[in-house]
Amino acid sequence: MSHATESAPHAHPEAAGDQHAAAHEPRDSTPSTKRARERRAIVVGASSGIGEALVRQLCAEGVDVVALARRRERLEELALSCGGSAGRVIPCAHDVSDFAAVPQLFEALVRELGGLDLFVFASGLMTEVGPNEFDTAKDLEMLAVNLGGCVAWTNEVAKLFRTQRSGVIVGISSIAGERGRKGNPVYGTSKAAMNHYLEALRNRLADFDVHVCTIKPGFVETAMLAAARAQGRSIKGAITPEAAAKSILRAARARRNEVFVPFKWTLVAAVIRNIPSFLFKGMNI
Amino acid sequence: MQNFAVRQRGDVASSFEYVEGWGMAIGAHARVLRPRSTEEILRAFELARRDGVSLALRGGGNSYGDASVNERGYVLDISRMDRVLAFDRESGVVVAEPGVTIEKLWKTILPHGFWPRVVSGTMFPTLAGALAANIHGKNNFAVGTIGDACREFDIVLPTGELRTCSRERNADLFHAAIGGFGLLGCFSRIVLETKHIYSGNVRVRGISTRNLREMMQYFEANKTRADYLVGWIDCFPGGDDSGRGLIHDAEYLKPGEDAHPEDTLRIAHQELPANIMGLFPKSQVWRILSLFNTDLGMRSINAAKYVAGMLEGLGEPYLQSHAGFSFLLDYVPNWKWAYGRQRVDRGLIQYQPFVPDAVAHEVHTELLARCRKVGQVPYLGVFKRHRPDPFWLTHAVDGWSFALDFKVTPTRRAQLWKLCDELTEVVIAAGGRFYFAKDAVVAAEDTARFLPHDKLAAFAKLKRACDPETLLDGNLYRRAFRDWLVAS
Repeated sequence: MSHATESAPHAHPEAAGDQHAAAHEPRDSTPSTKRARERRAIVVGASSGIGEALVRQLCAEGVDVVALARRRERLEELALSCGGSAGRVIPCAHDVSDFAAVPQLFEALVRELGGLDLFVFASGLMTEVGPNEFDTAKDLEMLAVNLGGCVAWTNEVAKLFRTQRSGVIVGISSIAGERGRKGNPVYGTSKAAMNHYLEALRNRLADFDVHVCTIKPGFVETAMLAAARAQGRSIKGAITPEAAAKSILRAARARRNEVFVPFKWTLVAAVIRNIPSFLFKGMNI
Repeated sequence: MQNFAVRQRGDVASSFEYVEGWGMAIGAHARVLRPRSTEEILRAFELARRDGVSLALRGGGNSYGDASVNERGYVLDISRMDRVLAFDRESGVVVAEPGVTIEKLWKTILPHGFWPRVVSGTMFPTLAGALAANIHGKNNFAVGTIGDACREFDIVLPTGELRTCSRERNADLFHAAIGGFGLLGCFSRIVLETKHIYSGNVRVRGISTRNLREMMQYFEANKTRADYLVGWIDCFPGGDDSGRGLIHDAEYLKPGEDAHPEDTLRIAHQELPANIMGLFPKSQVWRILSLFNTDLGMRSINAAKYVAGMLEGLGEPYLQSHAGFSFLLDYVPNWKWAYGRQRVDRGLIQYQPFVPDAVAHEVHTELLARCRKVGQVPYLGVFKRHRPDPFWLTHAVDGWSFALDFKVTPTRRAQLWKLCDELTEVVIAAGGRFYFAKDAVVAAEDTARFLPHDKLAAFAKLKRACDPETLLDGNLYRRAFRDWLVAS
C-alpha cells in the first residue's frame, strides 16, 4: 500500500535541504513543451477491463501509474505482471463511493507520483435490473459509484489541474448515456449525468489549458459485457480492452472532446439519438 | 445506502492544489486550508501542528514571488473570510474581515463618497495580504502605505492568543505585523480609515518625459500638488533616450467640481469594460499579447507606447474613474499569461529596488544599463516616489522605486537570477531596500544588510514570542528571513 503514511506531506522544513534552490531549480520539472507526453497518471477502476488495459499500456510507455480499485489482490497481480515495464505501477485499494476519503488519498497519491498529468475515471457498476424492477437501493449504489465516485475524484483533480494549468482528465462513460433505454434506467442516467458533468468541466477548465475527454465505449470485452451475456443477451462485434485502451489514449492525447470507442458507434449513436420517441417506446434496444 | 455527506461540521475547507506566486515562476503543490472564522484559523494552526508541517499565509495570491508559497507544508488562504463588518458613513472608517478584497472595499464605500486611502495597481489583494505586505499606491509619496491608513487590527497568534493592536495598544506588534508578511500571526479583523471624495473621477494629465532626470524633476516639482504620480519607463533604449517614459499625474476633484457626483460615484461608472469596442472579449487579449512577448515584440510595444505617450502629453487633462486610473493591472485579465502559461520555470518576476533620493538617479540609471548590457531588458518599468513609514520591515524609503518586470524562461532563468544578484549589490551599497511582495531573489544575508539591525533584532524577538515553534514558515521566510532571524 503506497498511500497514507510514507507519502504524507513533507516533514518539517528543518528536515529538508537547500532553500535557495527552490528559486533556481524547482523540484517538479514538468517538460516545458506544450502537450508533452504525460509522465504520471492515476487510473481509477484499474482492476479489470478498460482500466486495467490502460494501466498496462501506460506503464509500458514509461508512465508511472497509480492503479486504484476495490480489489487489492487484483491490483497487486496487475502490479506484479507489469514488473518489467518502463513505468511504475502503484496499487491502491479504495472504494470510490467512500467519498470522504478521497481528498486525503488523492493528495498522498499525487505526492507519491511527484505530480500528476493524466487522470482516468474508469470505475463503473452495472447491476442487473429486471424489466419490471424499480429498486432504489440498487439504483443508488450505481449512482454512488458511477456518478458520485466520478464527481468526488474528478473534483479534486480539477482543483489541482486548474491551479497548475495543465493536465488531462479522461472519463470512461458509455454509449448507454445517449438515450433513456428500457434496459437499465439508472445505469444510463449515471452515464448521461457523467457526460454532462464532464462537458461542464471541459468548459470550465478550457481557459486553464486543462483538457477533459469523454469516452463512450460501445461493446468492449469486459466483465460487464460477460455479465450481460450471462443474462442471455447476444452481443457480437465487441473489441478487446487493449484495443479500447489504445483508442482512448490516442483520443486523450489528441485532445478530442467526446469519442465513441470503437468508431462505428459514432454512427450507431447518431441513429439512436434521432429515433423519435413514439417509435423508441416500442423498440427493444 | 450511501451517505453523500463528505465534510463534517466544523472542518476547515481544504483542497490540494498548485499554489504559485502571481508571477507564476515560483510555486509548489500544497494543501490549502480556507478558514471561515477566527475559530477556524485556530483550527488550521492546530491541523498544521498535528501534521508536523509549517503554514504559510496567503491572501489573494497577488505577491509576485514566493510570499504566499509553501512547498513544505500547508497554505492558509484567508479569502473566504470576506465580510465587511461595519462602515461608518460619517467618518469613512471600515471594519472588515481579513479576506475582504480591495475590490470589495471600494465597491462598498464608493457610493457613499469614500475611496481607500491606499490601493495597489490591482484590486484583487485581500486586506490581510495588503497589510502583511504593507502595500503602497501611486500616492505613497503623499499618504504613506496602507499601514498608515490602518487604525487597528486583531491578530491570531500561533500560540492561540488573540491580540488587538493599534498605535497605542500592543504597538510593537502593530508596527511589526504590518509589513511582517504573515510571519507573526494571522489577521482576523482590520479597521481602516478611508478618504472622503467628491467625485467618482480624478483629473489626469499625461506628461511625456525624454529621460529619467526629466521624470524625476517633474515629480519633485509637483509632489506637493498632485495626489497621484506614477511614471512608466521604456527600458529598451540606451544613450540619450535611456529612461524615456510617460508620467500620469492625477488629482482628486474638489467639492463642486463634479456637477453630478451621484452619477460618477456609481459602481457602474467605475467598472472596466469586459469587451474591447463592445465586441472582442478582453479575457482573450492575453493571447494576442503573447505574440509580442519577445524582446523584439516588447521593444516595439514600448516604443509605440512612448509615441502614444508623447501625443497624450500634448493633449488636455482628462477625467478618468478612480478604478480606471488605479487598477491598471486589471485592464487585461490574466495578461501575465502572455509570459507563458506553462507551469514551472516560466512567467515573470518583478524586481523593485527602493533607492534613497540622493543617489536614486545614478543607481537606477546604472541598473538599467546593466540589464541592457546582459540583454535582459525588463518588458515593463514603473517609477514611483516614496516616503518613510514607521513599520519595522518596511520597504519604503525617502526616495524612488523602479519596478522592473523580467521575463522568466528555462534558458534565461539562471542568468536572470545572477543579474538580479548583481543589481542587489548595487542597490544595497547605495542604501536601498526591497519589497517582499514583489521580490523573488534576495537572500537572507542581503535582508540583514538592507534592514536596520535594531528592527531586525526586535522582529526576531517578537517572532520567538508569538510563534515559538516556527509554525508560520513559508518559502519567503526560508529564503529571506530565517537565517538572520535565527542568528539574532
